[in-house]
Amino acid sequence: MAKSIAYEFTKGLWKEVPPFRLVLGLCPTLGVTTSLKNGIGMGLATTFVLLCSNVLVSLLRNVIPAKVRIACFIIIIATFVIVVEQMMQAFAYSLFQDLGVFIPLIVVNCIVLGRAEAFASKNGVVKSTADGLGIGIGFTWALALLGVVRELIGTGSLKGDVFGLIHWDIPNIFGASFEPFGFAVQAPGAFVILGLLLCAMNLIPSK
Amino acid sequence: MGEMIKMVVVLTILSVISGGGLKGLEEWAKPRIENNVMNLVKGPAIRQMLKTADNDPVKDRFKITEGEKERNIFVGVFGGAADTVVVEASANGYGDKVGMVVAINMADETLRGVAVTTSKETPGLGARAKDDPSFVAQFAGKPITDSFGVTADGGQINALSGATITSRAVCTGVNQAVETYQRLKPQLEEQIKGMGK
Repeated sequence: MAKSIAYEFTKGLWKEVPPFRLVLGLCPTLGVTTSLKNGIGMGLATTFVLLCSNVLVSLLRNVIPAKVRIACFIIIIATFVIVVEQMMQAFAYSLFQDLGVFIPLIVVNCIVLGRAEAFASKNGVVKSTADGLGIGIGFTWALALLGVVRELIGTGSLKGDVFGLIHWDIPNIFGASFEPFGFAVQAPGAFVILGLLLCAMNLIPSK
Repeated sequence: MGEMIKMVVVLTILSVISGGGLKGLEEWAKPRIENNVMNLVKGPAIRQMLKTADNDPVKDRFKITEGEKERNIFVGVFGGAADTVVVEASANGYGDKVGMVVAINMADETLRGVAVTTSKETPGLGARAKDDPSFVAQFAGKPITDSFGVTADGGQINALSGATITSRAVCTGVNQAVETYQRLKPQLEEQIKGMGK
């Protein structure tokens, strides 16, 4: 049964949103979401890689020999990851400092390789673009949500920008007497908050 | 056999295109990245290291060409005399190169300070070389006639616990910086003569 392009795009936004529904790609999900800014930055970087690798893998799917397909996918993905890393260093250096080692780690992000192997290598360019964009945006909002919750509980304010274009700075949302709960921005807090969000997601039916 | 050749050809072509493209991108991005690193990482680190200087060491910098290499030298003025030069160095750490800046007091040939600038060391372990000022503080005031090493190797620097490789890299980098300084000393003295007034 052929599915529509619109379906391929929207499935990533809600039904198959990677960290929550598929519980994939947890390394960056847990590692960088100490703030909204980092969540969005990481999400957008991954979206770019995912989109480009999906398009290229889909275009080359009839050329790449089956036996070395994984190696070819990794070359394609790694190339775009280095592109992102260089661009981020050139234009958004402070974001690069925050995300640090997690940017090169996009190479081994199972969502990116997973989409290349399971989707782009079997589908046409248009569908693969829709799939990459949908999954990428889903990943971005999931990271942004986790980042918002952790930053709010952990610091009590929201502060940051996206590539210097959009700024936000909301201090002391819970009032001046709020004592920041530092646990939320530490690594164990990431697990607990992700667990609670997963629980909340499961209360809402995926259909 | 045909399949074998196809595999090799496809992988080779992919790698060549990828490598070539990335090389081009690197050439394009390099000056921008260096500019960012200078403004956001090295600049603050050097200013912090030479807090009491009368000038802005980042502004008073010049380049020395040594063979194929171009080196940035930063000058610190203390009490009206340009007596401090900052040399960059890097050494292999646990993950990629550990870059650092080393301030040398030319008047009495001691280290004025060391700061780690760019590194990809493990957070919480090797990254403390950059984050924990007490580690690099060990170098300050030491004469540069010493060769630096961690205590485990018979040296005088207490390694960061759990990060011996990073600590060694910092020592190696400082030794390299001192070597560079000794080698370039006549040129450096020539260059900074007029400064500091």
